[in-house]
Amino acid sequence: MSANEREQSTRAVIPQRFGPYGGRYVPETLIAALDELTAAWEEARDDPAFDARQDALRRDFIGRPTPLYLAERLSERVGSQVYLKREDLAHTGAHKINNALGQTLLAQRMGKPRIIAETGAGQHGVATATACALLGLECVVYMGTEDIRRQAPNVERMRLLGAEVAPVEAGARTLKEAVSAAIRDWVANVETTHYVIGSAVGPAPYPALVRDLQRVIGEEARAQALAAAGALPRRVIACVGGGSNAIGIFAPFVEDAEVALVGVEAGGDGIESGRHGASLGAGQTGVLHGSLSSVLADEDGQILEAHSVSAGLDYPGSGPEHAHLRDTGRARYFSVTDEQALQALRELARLEGIIPALESSHAIAWLLENPLEGDGFDVLCLSGRGDKDLAEYVRRVGESR
Amino acid sequence: MSAQADGAGRIATAFAAAKAEGRAALMPYMMAGYPDRDSGLAVARAYVDAGADLIELGIPFSDPLADGPTIHAADTQALAAGATLRTALETCEAIAERIPVVLMVYVNMVLAHGGAEQFARLARAAGAAGAIVPDLPLGEDESVREAFDAAGLAMVPLLAPTTSAPRRAEICKVARGFVYLVSTVGTTGERAEVPAALAALAATAKADAGETPVAVGFGIGTAAQAAEVGKIADGVIIGSRLVRAAGEGATPAESADAVAEFLAEARVSLAG
Ligand SMILES: Cc1ncc(COP(=O)(O)O)c(C=O)c1O
Repeated sequence: MSANEREQSTRAVIPQRFGPYGGRYVPETLIAALDELTAAWEEARDDPAFDARQDALRRDFIGRPTPLYLAERLSERVGSQVYLKREDLAHTGAHKINNALGQTLLAQRMGKPRIIAETGAGQHGVATATACALLGLECVVYMGTEDIRRQAPNVERMRLLGAEVAPVEAGARTLKEAVSAAIRDWVANVETTHYVIGSAVGPAPYPALVRDLQRVIGEEARAQALAAAGALPRRVIACVGGGSNAIGIFAPFVEDAEVALVGVEAGGDGIESGRHGASLGAGQTGVLHGSLSSVLADEDGQILEAHSVSAGLDYPGSGPEHAHLRDTGRARYFSVTDEQALQALRELARLEGIIPALESSHAIAWLLENPLEGDGFDVLCLSGRGDKDLAEYVRRVGESR
Repeated sequence: MSAQADGAGRIATAFAAAKAEGRAALMPYMMAGYPDRDSGLAVARAYVDAGADLIELGIPFSDPLADGPTIHAADTQALAAGATLRTALETCEAIAERIPVVLMVYVNMVLAHGGAEQFARLARAAGAAGAIVPDLPLGEDESVREAFDAAGLAMVPLLAPTTSAPRRAEICKVARGFVYLVSTVGTTGERAEVPAALAALAATAKADAGETPVAVGFGIGTAAQAAEVGKIADGVIIGSRLVRAAGEGATPAESADAVAEFLAEARVSLAG
């Protein structure tokens, strides 16, 4: 298939379901807005003017394409070739800006003057605040107070960008509650407000919309790999919180049966400890935040708290498309512990002069333990940079050694 | 008699009885196990004694997306106090012989355990007449409704001010028991005023619902508001205001007294 045909085939319909997963499990009040959003996205993605505007901003504002970087010292350490897809070099420091920019452009087109978002690590909040500043939109970001503590620099960045950071005190005061608070705000203000969800989760059309907007990671990486190495990678590896960077880099490779897709979840204190965020590896089928997927829940269906050193992976669910890719065997999902992720952060800093986000460090940690056998190379999505995590790193490890 | 008539039939009888008295049905909401198990039971009995026509019994859930701060906090506290699905079913059982009970339950709890069929069996065994699943809108609800129908548990759908006209007609068509009209664009919680657009909204809902009663909920927090809504709907649902009252009691008896006082007032003003 040519790139053009591949593009066309993904554009045929906006799926509501991925196998049995997905759907729209939300209060009736939101259905009209989800219909409106679906129609707006169907229209916008076929509008050359929208594409042109988005492409120009991706290039000049985000700094795309991000490099595909052959990490030589890391490759030597692992024993096989590794290319890093440098989303850490995207403006604001993570892949989250791809989605935030696309959705705020869409909101502007829909005539919604007010934007709300949730954030865990603060990366999506910063990305959304940034896009809102660029487009002159009002912006409110919901954030759990535990995450406000863990990711303080990002809170200041959002405020500087003109966004209001709304603290959320419920539950464990992390990402799950921030998403819930944002959804409640949306239910109350749906006529004037667009909710920029930060990952490939939520009611349809969000999982497909976010994937479409993050797909640029995989499109670029695939073309860059072919140009640099003359071949496709043997494996594509990404961390999975809600699953947006992973689905973005996986999507263009799904039809390439010879390319293995590997998602790495938060193992927290270890799966056995029960304190983790591995909803695909150790969850059950259930509904969280509007879609049916794989979630952490008890036998009554109460959603459990996730646990991860990394705020962006500290979430008891993941996107419905990942649950489907898991069931069909097309992608495989593993987990690494907090400890392994912290070590991997340090290792990459020393080997490559790149301080990765704690989220991305999970993917690095898995790679360090699972070198590629035989010929070929890996592509790993370095979803973000680690500046935001330094305080947490020092708190956990003791000092920056 | 089809199995489906069981729960729906009981609900219909309750609405008809209120109508015969020339008033809308009084439908208080409560959270099972809130503020604790015994207080929840005392509140349920107080609702029956104070003249409720039908009780909406909330099953505490970790992530209640349709609920505002008052009920969300009650969910959290009930769960912290040890409430489970069992607690809610026991509360239902304690009053179900005296009054029709409609469960308010989030979909993940319906799908857990053995799925919708098993949930419907458990609910029916506890005497529930119906269930409202606030995060299961038209389009996602078919298999669950089939399971509820088979067990005779009436699946009560919600209408919102944002619901389109064709969709509203569809929803009314599949309604069992009654149609739950959400009064405003928002989550549950007390509001200063009844929305100006509500009368027109209720009229269109009633036109589509035909014989099926239409009850209005969300935002009704005073006896005067209840009376106002009672003029345009077949039933009046009072939630957050009563949950707040239940939470203010330090003992089961105090919680029961607090809700009884408010309900008695609402009952008088509905009849007025
Ligand atoms: C740098 C980075 N990577 C990954 C994630 C996880 O999200 P997702 O699984 O949607 O990519 C986050 C979330 O905040 C993040 O900031």
